Amino acid sequence: MNLKIAYNIAQTHLLTKKKQTLVAMLGVTFGIAMFIVMISFMQGVNQFLEDSALDASPHVRIYKQITSDRPSLIEMVNPDGFNVVHHQKPKQELARIKNGLVIARHIELQPEVRGVSPQVSTQVFFNVGSVPVPGTLAGVDIMREEKLYRLSQRMKSGSIEDLQSNSNGVILGRLLARKLNLKVGDKVNVTSSTGGTALLRVVGIFSFGIQTVDDARGYVNQPKVQELIQKDANYITDLHIKMKDPMQAIPFGQQLARQYDYKVEDWATANQAILAGEKIRGVMTFVVSFTLLVVAGFGIYNIMNMNVMNKIKDIAILKATGFSGKDVIAIFMIQSVIIGLLGAVLGVFIGFSLSYMLSITPFNAGDFLAIDTFPVKFDLKYYVLGVLFGIITTLLAGYFPSKRAAKIDPVEILRS
Amino acid sequence: MNSKETAVLKATNINKYFTDPVKFQVLKDINFEVKKGEFLSIIGKSGCGKSTLLYILSTMDTSYDGTLEVNGQRLTGRSQDELAAFRNEHLGFVFQFHFLLPEFTVLQNVMLPGLKLGKYPAREVEERAYAKLRLVDMHEHALKPSSKLSGGQQQRVAIARALINEPTIIMGDEPTGNLDKTNSELVFDIFREISRTNGQTIITVTHDPDFAMGGDCIIEMSDGAIISHGYEAKI
Repeated sequence: MNLKIAYNIAQTHLLTKKKQTLVAMLGVTFGIAMFIVMISFMQGVNQFLEDSALDASPHVRIYKQITSDRPSLIEMVNPDGFNVVHHQKPKQELARIKNGLVIARHIELQPEVRGVSPQVSTQVFFNVGSVPVPGTLAGVDIMREEKLYRLSQRMKSGSIEDLQSNSNGVILGRLLARKLNLKVGDKVNVTSSTGGTALLRVVGIFSFGIQTVDDARGYVNQPKVQELIQKDANYITDLHIKMKDPMQAIPFGQQLARQYDYKVEDWATANQAILAGEKIRGVMTFVVSFTLLVVAGFGIYNIMNMNVMNKIKDIAILKATGFSGKDVIAIFMIQSVIIGLLGAVLGVFIGFSLSYMLSITPFNAGDFLAIDTFPVKFDLKYYVLGVLFGIITTLLAGYFPSKRAAKIDPVEILRS
Repeated sequence: MNSKETAVLKATNINKYFTDPVKFQVLKDINFEVKKGEFLSIIGKSGCGKSTLLYILSTMDTSYDGTLEVNGQRLTGRSQDELAAFRNEHLGFVFQFHFLLPEFTVLQNVMLPGLKLGKYPAREVEERAYAKLRLVDMHEHALKPSSKLSGGQQQRVAIARALINEPTIIMGDEPTGNLDKTNSELVFDIFREISRTNGQTIITVTHDPDFAMGGDCIIEMSDGAIISHGYEAKI
C-alpha cells in the first residue's frame, strides 16, 4: 500500500526531471552494453581459439620421446663424487611405438574414446625445382583421420577418397601447396631425412586455419611413408586420440602414461599458451567490465545525491505530513531501481546490437587464422549477468543517497 | 478526570537547550494544556522560543526534556517512524511558506497524506480531498500544478492538505506571515470555522495581533518561558 504511494511519488519525480533521468539511465545503459559486448567478444575469441586448437590437434597424443632428459648414470650412482660427463647423447633407437597398432586397438575399445589414429610421422623436404622446402609427412589411415578431425570438411580442393584410391597420393596444407606452387593433379618429389625419395601426386588441399599446420603438413597413406623411410608395416610413431569429452583427456592421458612407457601429452599441456591467453583475457574482461559498471554506479550515485539535495524541502514536507524514513528510502530507491531497470533493458538491447554488428564486421586475419568476421559468442548468461550487475550497482548507488534523505531533519529545513 | 478528557494536548515541564555554539536554554519549564476545539495562538517576540515550542508540540523535534501527551497518548520517547505515523493520523500542519510539492497537482498534494494513512481507498480519498478543497474554495484549481498558484491560494491548499485525515490538532507556523490582508483574513476565517464546527484544535504561532485576538486563547512567551496564558487576550 505504502509502496504504491512511494512508487507514484518516485514516478512523478522521474517524469518531471526527464533529462536528468535519461542521463542517469544512459550511464547504466552504456555500462551494461559495453559489458555485454566485451564479454561476448572475449568469450568469442576464447572459444574460437580453443575450438580451432582442439579441432586440429588430438586430445591425447602418445609418442616416443627419443631425446633423453635423464641424468647421467654415474651421477645417479655417485652423486657426491667428482663426475665429469660432457654432452650426453641419447643412444640410437627408433622413434617407434612398439605394438602401436595393438595399443591403438586396445585404446579404441575404451568407452570414453571417440577414435584413435595411428600415424607414421616424418620430416621431409619437398623439392620444388632445386629448392628444398621442409615439411612433415603424416602417414595415416585417412578414414580414421576423418573420424578424428572431420578432414573432409576442411578440404579446399580434391577429396579424401582420392587418397585412398591412389597409393602415391598426398593431401597438402593450403599454405604449403601455395609455397610449392602445387595444385591438385600436380606431382611433387619428396626426400626423407634418411635419404629415401618418392614421387607423390597431389590429390587434395586442406586448410585447418592454423598456420603451423597448414604451412607444413601433408597426409599420405601409411604404407607410402613406411616405404619412404624404409620401415616395416608395424612401424608407428604417433597415436592420436580424440575423446568424447575433451575434459576427459587429462585423467585419461594420466592413466595411459601409467600404462605405457611412452610420452603422453594432452591438449591442455600442448596448448598452454592458448589457455593462458584465455585466463588473461578473462581477467581483463572482468576488470574492464567491473570498472564500467562502477563508473555507471558513481554516475547514478551523483545524480541521486543531487536529486535528494534538490528535493530536500519536499522530503521535509513529506516527513511533516507523516511519511516515515522508510517511505522516503522507498521513494528514492524506487527511482534508482527504475533508472537501473530501464537502463539495463536498453543496455541489453544496445549490447546485443553492437555484438551482432561486431559479429558481421569483416575481419581479415590473413593466413594466420581461418576467420572472416570477428568471433562473438552469444550466450544468454552474459545478458542475465549484465542486467543483474546493473541492478545491483543501481541498488547500491541509490541506497546511500536514499539513506541520507531518510535522515533529513524536517525541523531544520522547515524553520530555515 | 473530566478536564483530562477534554485536554487534547498536554505539555509538562518542557525544557530545551541549544548546545551550539554555547549551551543556552531556549525553553524553561513549559507547562500547559489545550482543550478540544480550542483556537490557541502562541505569541511573543522573535527568538522567544515560540517556534521551537511549536516544533516540539508537532513531534518533529524530539530533543527536549519533559513530557508531551496528545490525545491522552504519551509521545515522548517514541521512535521517529512511530511519530511519523502519529503525525499522519492526528496532526495537520500549515507553514509560513506554503510548502506544497511543486511537481504534483493541487489535488495530489491534498491526497498524499490521506493515501499514506491508507484508511480509505484512493477513490474515497479523492472525494474527501475535493470536499476539503471546496471548504477552502480551491476546488476549481484541483487539477492545476501547485507551482502555478499564488501564495494565498497555495496556503489554502496547504490547509486543505492539513485537514485531509481529520486530525485532532492543526498546527500553524505563522500561517499568515507571508500573506496580504485579504488572504490573511481568509485563512483566519477557515481556521475559525474548522475549530467551531468540527471541534478540531488549532495551535498557531503568529506575529499577527489581529489573528491572535480572534482566537479563543493566547499564550504569550518571553525568553523561553510562558508569561501569560489567558482566555482574554491582552496585547
